[in-house]
Amino acid sequence: MEFIVISLVKAAIVAAVLMTTLAYLQWVERKVIAHIQLRMGPSRVGPHGLLQPLADVIKLITKEDLIPPHVNKFFYLLAPFLAVTMALLSISVIPFGSEVELFGYKTWMQMTDLNVGVLFVLAVSSMGVYGIALAGWASNNKYALLGGLRSSAQMISYELPMSLAIAAPLLLANTLSLREIVQSQGDHLFAWSIFKLPAPQLISFVIFLIAGFAETNRVPFDLPEAENELVAGFHTEYSSMKFAAFFMAEYANMVTVSCMTSILFLGGWQPLFPVSLGSNFVAPALFALGGSLCLYHGLHPARRKDRYTLPVFAAIFFGIALALLAPPVARVVMPLFWFAAKAGFLLFCFIWVRGTLPRFRYDQLMGFAWKFLFPVAVLNLLVTSLLVAVF
Amino acid sequence: MPDGYLQIFIFLAIAIAFPTVTILAAKLIRPSAPSITKLEAYECGIKAASDSRGRYTVRFYIIAILFVIFDVETIFLFPFAVRYKTLGWFGVAEIVVFLAILIVGYVWAWKKGALEWV
Amino acid sequence: MLDTIFFYLFALLVVGGGILTITRSSAVHSAICLIGSLVGVAGLYLLLHAEFLFAVQIVLYIGGIMVLFLFVIMLVNLDEAARERQFNGQWWLALACVVVVGLQIAWFMRKGAGAFKLAPAAAAAASAAKGNTEAIADALFSEYLLPFEIASVLLLVAVVGSVVMAKKRI
Repeated sequence: MEFIVISLVKAAIVAAVLMTTLAYLQWVERKVIAHIQLRMGPSRVGPHGLLQPLADVIKLITKEDLIPPHVNKFFYLLAPFLAVTMALLSISVIPFGSEVELFGYKTWMQMTDLNVGVLFVLAVSSMGVYGIALAGWASNNKYALLGGLRSSAQMISYELPMSLAIAAPLLLANTLSLREIVQSQGDHLFAWSIFKLPAPQLISFVIFLIAGFAETNRVPFDLPEAENELVAGFHTEYSSMKFAAFFMAEYANMVTVSCMTSILFLGGWQPLFPVSLGSNFVAPALFALGGSLCLYHGLHPARRKDRYTLPVFAAIFFGIALALLAPPVARVVMPLFWFAAKAGFLLFCFIWVRGTLPRFRYDQLMGFAWKFLFPVAVLNLLVTSLLVAVF
Repeated sequence: MPDGYLQIFIFLAIAIAFPTVTILAAKLIRPSAPSITKLEAYECGIKAASDSRGRYTVRFYIIAILFVIFDVETIFLFPFAVRYKTLGWFGVAEIVVFLAILIVGYVWAWKKGALEWV
Repeated sequence: MLDTIFFYLFALLVVGGGILTITRSSAVHSAICLIGSLVGVAGLYLLLHAEFLFAVQIVLYIGGIMVLFLFVIMLVNLDEAARERQFNGQWWLALACVVVVGLQIAWFMRKGAGAFKLAPAAAAAASAAKGNTEAIADALFSEYLLPFEIASVLLLVAVVGSVVMAKKRI
């Protein structure tokens, strides 16, 4: 009984946090892209556009939902479900933090740890292909079908270098359980598998990240929705909440890839440098810095309303910084902070790349996967296995 | 069932319930005014000329079949990685032989032009 | 109790998916039903504590082979085939074959019913103690080493075969 309650509570917390993250990720993306292009980004709905995600949800819910008569109705409806369900499912094996004691219960900050965790994530992501392939096929639209075909071919092509890149750090960790992979890495930068001797996994980290960009259909691999040739690709015929489902699936996949990268290569919840050297003070310092910046800009406002909003943010940031200094809070929150910081940085990279790079041509994309990434991943695996065996 | 999978099914239930509830909830409040023009297949304003489900290029098939073959080989690497430390040099010899055969096939397919997209 | 419920769910998925696979007239529908059936098989592996096989079943069969099937279906124009009559006059023969094979299977099952007994507690304990993937690795890289290496040669043959079939000029 207790087990069921704990599982339900964990599932509810993870789901709620994930949904909020997905909603605000989109806000962050629009803001960052806007600033890269010297624009303001969303700024009308709420202070600094912070209520924009809510407005978007209301808009999408109240939009008319067209189901064209030429579609294959069952699969047309099934596809967005499949896409979003598979995208959300893989988060259930991600370890967000170490073991904590809350209200007398000792529990891991992870929904469940499978001893085939890595393969589970691969399996779920490979089922995500069907959401896109079926959407393209069921829409009975030329652009949608081409987009769906291209996208599924792209996703399976990049899955190969991705699994090879995963296998290399596993030679060091010798386990498929995500929790044990994190535990096999240490609490400083040079004990993470990306820099860990004898076989630093820098190359597989880069391969994994590139393949992750392709798996999530993000720029520069967003061929399936190359709007100048394919309108909107596989979701051309989707509107309202069904369109939102594909959108959400893309963002959820981004979150999964970021989490997996930080677990496999960046030490998961492990800090940048040991606690004994004061890594617990990094988070309060960062929040204090953010607070001071807000305060400074609030006192020298660029726009009139900044005079009121920015000091409020400053107060919130200082409050968080103070709370994080308390040892009982720090013990629970610090692993979460490090995990979120790493995953957040990778998510920022996703957005950064989108603001910077142009799109590949399709033959370049396939050539890149098969003629460059795949042989490099195989060689990297061979070198890694030799290094691990020699030392 | 092994331990730890029940939570997966619990989360699966949430992940299925979430889109179901939102899509059904949206059905209650959104307008519905379909018209013939709205319901046409979108082809940038031109009337759809033919059915979309024609025949597509054979390259997708080559990519898929090469993927299946190499994917089987990659999957074998996972149990290997788990036991790598206990296998020692014997394991290294094994993986070199295994990857060598894989590379032979890969190089052959490349030379025959199976990896060319155009 | 829970395991029993899950067993019947997965079994229903396997059998229902299988029946739909052979009765749908559209090839894409058949492929999707086959995917459902394969998911059910993966679930049955899971109930048998074969976690590695469960994951591999999904990654390879559903994520690889069925994608290949879908591409092949989209490659050839099957609309013609879908419009034709599905059943020809030979279904009496088919029924007779089904009865004969079914009786055979029933007879073997009756005769060898004792052969498949596996102490479930022992199997579960073994896989919990060392992990299913580790157990598979131990078997694969010691006892079944030669079949494992032969499998890679077999895959090489598959690479050659697929390229030869798909490319016009070699």
